[in-house]
Amino acid sequence: MQQSFTYEARGQVLIIHLPKELDHHNCRNLKYETDLLLAENYISRVIFDFTRTEFMDSSGIGVLLNRYKQMTANGGRVDLCGVNDRVRRILTIGGIGKLMEHYDTKEAALIG
Amino acid sequence: MERFRMEIESLSKNEELARVVTAVFMSRLDPTLEELDDVKTAVSEAVTNAVIHGYQEKEGIIYMELQTEGRQLTVMVRDLGVGILDVKKAMEPMYTTDKSGERSGMGFSFMEAFMDQVQVESEPGRGTLVTMKKKIGR
Repeated sequence: MQQSFTYEARGQVLIIHLPKELDHHNCRNLKYETDLLLAENYISRVIFDFTRTEFMDSSGIGVLLNRYKQMTANGGRVDLCGVNDRVRRILTIGGIGKLMEHYDTKEAALIG
Repeated sequence: MERFRMEIESLSKNEELARVVTAVFMSRLDPTLEELDDVKTAVSEAVTNAVIHGYQEKEGIIYMELQTEGRQLTVMVRDLGVGILDVKKAMEPMYTTDKSGERSGMGFSFMEAFMDQVQVESEPGRGTLVTMKKKIGR
């Protein structure tokens, strides 16, 4: 079962590895978990890693948008990596495609 | 016409089940990968609405009916939940009754973006029926 989020901290950067199916069901714990991580660590940047993600609906848009508001309100930023064509289309239709920087890989995002 | 019906419990884990079953049923129309993904997304939105809004994340049954007629796919998702007071308003992009900030309010916009036709009938206290149509294979 590779359905849940995994988190990876690199200094002030929090990388959130997203599940294969980014829907309402799988997003239920994300707010609680990230709020906890952001409260207990100094994080200036969140990178959402879509490498595993094959499906996403508007629940994913809500999650990304809320983290974006949270981070930018405190001068932080949110970027994305590993976005496939399908996810890119969802992000575009959801109106947030250009809000965040897209990188091909996690490594590229960490340098960028 | 070919028809398939199912009843699922209003549980968030059934959102995926609804998507997968719909994908298998519509595969007989030989859809493109994009059409398959489009319909899966629309179904996910409708079922998620039923779970979160219709039944307020409490117990309930979601009724799904899938039909094919020629190249036309029809998906019906019905709940007997709280219903929607103002359907027009609920269908406005970014409109949400959610207070947590986690919901984008884009559910109906996504259904409209990915299907050819979306019709919503609702009555407060009686429930909501979403009927979506899409022509598969052009």
